[in-house]
Amino acid sequence: MAEFRMPALGADMDSGKIIEWRIKPGDKVKRGDIVALVDTDKATIEVEVFENGIVESIVVPEGETVAVGTALAMIRGEAEAVAPRAPSPTPAAVHKPAPPSPAPSRAPLRAEPPSPPIAIVPPPAQAPAPARRSLRVSPLAMRVAMDLGVNLLSVKGTGPDGAITRKDVEGAAQAAAQTAAPAAAQAQPPAPRPGEAIKVVSMPRAPAAGDRQAAMRKAIAAAMGRSKREIPHYYLGTQIDMSAAMEWLRAENLNRPVTNRLLYSALLLKAVAIAVRQIPEMNGYWVDGVFKSSAAIHVGVAISLRQGGLIAPAIHDVDKLSLDEIMVSLRELVKRVRAGILRSSEIADATLTVTSLGEQGVETVFGIIYPPQVALVGFGRIVERPWADKGMVGARPVMTATLAADHRVSDGHRGGLFLAAIDRILREPQKL
Amino acid sequence: MTSQANLIRTTYREAMRQAIREAMQRDPRVFLMGEDVGRYGGSFAVSKGLLEEFGPERIRDTPLSESAFVGAGIGAAMGGMRPIVEIMTVNFSLLALDQIMNNAAAIHYMSGGQFNIPLVIRMTTGAGRQLAAQHSHSLEGWYAHIPGIKVLTPATLEDARGMLWTALEDPDPVLIFEHGSLYNMEGDLAADAGAVDIDKAVVRRPGTDLSLITYGGTLDKAIRAAGDLAAMGIDAEVIDLRTLRPLDTATIVDSVTRTHRAIIIDEGWRSGSISAEITARIMEHAFYELDAPIERICTAEAPMPYAKHLEDAALPQPAAIIEAARKMVKGDG
Repeated sequence: MAEFRMPALGADMDSGKIIEWRIKPGDKVKRGDIVALVDTDKATIEVEVFENGIVESIVVPEGETVAVGTALAMIRGEAEAVAPRAPSPTPAAVHKPAPPSPAPSRAPLRAEPPSPPIAIVPPPAQAPAPARRSLRVSPLAMRVAMDLGVNLLSVKGTGPDGAITRKDVEGAAQAAAQTAAPAAAQAQPPAPRPGEAIKVVSMPRAPAAGDRQAAMRKAIAAAMGRSKREIPHYYLGTQIDMSAAMEWLRAENLNRPVTNRLLYSALLLKAVAIAVRQIPEMNGYWVDGVFKSSAAIHVGVAISLRQGGLIAPAIHDVDKLSLDEIMVSLRELVKRVRAGILRSSEIADATLTVTSLGEQGVETVFGIIYPPQVALVGFGRIVERPWADKGMVGARPVMTATLAADHRVSDGHRGGLFLAAIDRILREPQKL
Repeated sequence: MTSQANLIRTTYREAMRQAIREAMQRDPRVFLMGEDVGRYGGSFAVSKGLLEEFGPERIRDTPLSESAFVGAGIGAAMGGMRPIVEIMTVNFSLLALDQIMNNAAAIHYMSGGQFNIPLVIRMTTGAGRQLAAQHSHSLEGWYAHIPGIKVLTPATLEDARGMLWTALEDPDPVLIFEHGSLYNMEGDLAADAGAVDIDKAVVRRPGTDLSLITYGGTLDKAIRAAGDLAAMGIDAEVIDLRTLRPLDTATIVDSVTRTHRAIIIDEGWRSGSISAEITARIMEHAFYELDAPIERICTAEAPMPYAKHLEDAALPQPAAIIEAARKMVKGDG
């Protein structure tokens, strides 16, 4: 018997609301089936089940909000017999001590065999539920689990009294990354990555907009407050001559149907992704006093919402995407963000963030890093400015690029190289 | 860096005596008084020879009345002197607690800032020498409760040599607790060793896996335990608090933020101890950094036994530190 629990869908989620069950007791489910619709502070998410089995019972009814990790439903493994009670049986303790009977008449299918080895085939990954006690997790491990998006219920504790420690969480995250990586490599960019418990879904019965806005404000406050508290930001800025990029874009778009035209945002995202390959200190996470650089480059794109608030979901592997693919992802993303529909991988996976406030008309962005990331690139409006080049002054489209970076991880010198690389790449747009 | 030639072989006792001698030489307002500090040379021989050197005006034997001679010290300090008052052991200091707490610590406040009390009180603390419940307790944590005084616990030759002068410079009362087991500690000290700060804890041994937080007589035990732990693959950091009031919270929190685990070793009794205070501060400032519950190794909550094996059993020992550290770092899983 396995408990199906409220998953953690991102660093700032600590509870979720069951909007709708898609299963009922007796239903057969298999790994990947969507079983419930869960509402979080930021989006409504379809939650998948991890294992095959039969729904034994629904524990948390629709409409209820519960903490991450709470058992939502009981799912019986396929090879398991009907359990006497659910959830969380405490086997021996509950039953009265049976009088010693020489021949057990109720031949049990359950795994409490007498000494002769009865052939019991436990389904894989089925853990016998021992007498439950509250999960022991160190405060640090809890924090790291939130940062890494690790489900603590799947972690085995090795600390004092079996407590889950940081090492256990990091080990689990590493194991998960190793199993997910090969599969992820095959996935087509816009497709959800395997191993993902969540898929995209529309919002049939969203909570009141005011509630969500307040919740989002709270989530932003928590993340940004933490960032300003913990991250020693340093800021750099440089002006980039965008004439080559804009010229190339204009020429390129002349040959494209209107629907396939490129926006310069795609160039910027790609340029950042390529540049960060050279300066890997900008890409990854600061976790528990240590920087972990990320091989994958998932660029978070800050998207403001019409009703206020913002969200910075990731476009995966931007450095490997063509400009067209980035455009597709970008359009998709903006559309879905504004509709309040997101994938959990988009919420959790960004390895650095780009914010472009240019459309609001500002020239310079002084960004706040989204923890546990370590860098944020800001792009301002493209403005015509006098620009001296080779002894000649002319009017050029100029954009200010800024970097907010974590000084624990990198220094201004490296940050400067990073901005310089972005500049260089944007001057050769044909190579993108 | 001090070259080999500039090191002198000395003991904690001699370093302390040298500190008193230097203070007497530097400042004519400084004098020493207490029970048997003169002709007997001090109960722990710290002031041996000073009577001959400085005379009975400045090395003063007192009657057996802690309340009287601590009170006299307070008066002298108010009158412009820089008295060093020696109390034989911390147990006897309780006879002067009224003077220390209700007068020395409070007069500056009660007089609206008119009177500072630049008084230094030295006393022996701690167990380990079979002096039983009459002479062996560790009450410095109690004194750390009192606002208006500073509480120093020199655990090294450098601090024995250097804390006294800084304490005398302080305009307010400073209590120096000298652990009795340290007096014979021998080592090399820079010939030009002098005044040291009295408000910072120090990392005596850097480490990454856990923080052993201690002071005074248990510092050496913690360092020895850390050595043994290193052989087991556990890299322990050792913090010497040096000063219990004001407590250097920043150094403690910084260490725990790096190691994520802490064991506090305190020769005081556990209940209401300085170890409890340190635990609370870690909770207040570094709760989310903790990867394991904080542990404390304290003295058994009983009057100190006389019998050697019982005394050993009552006191924090390296073996207990090692066991707690192993359990904390390696877990039981």
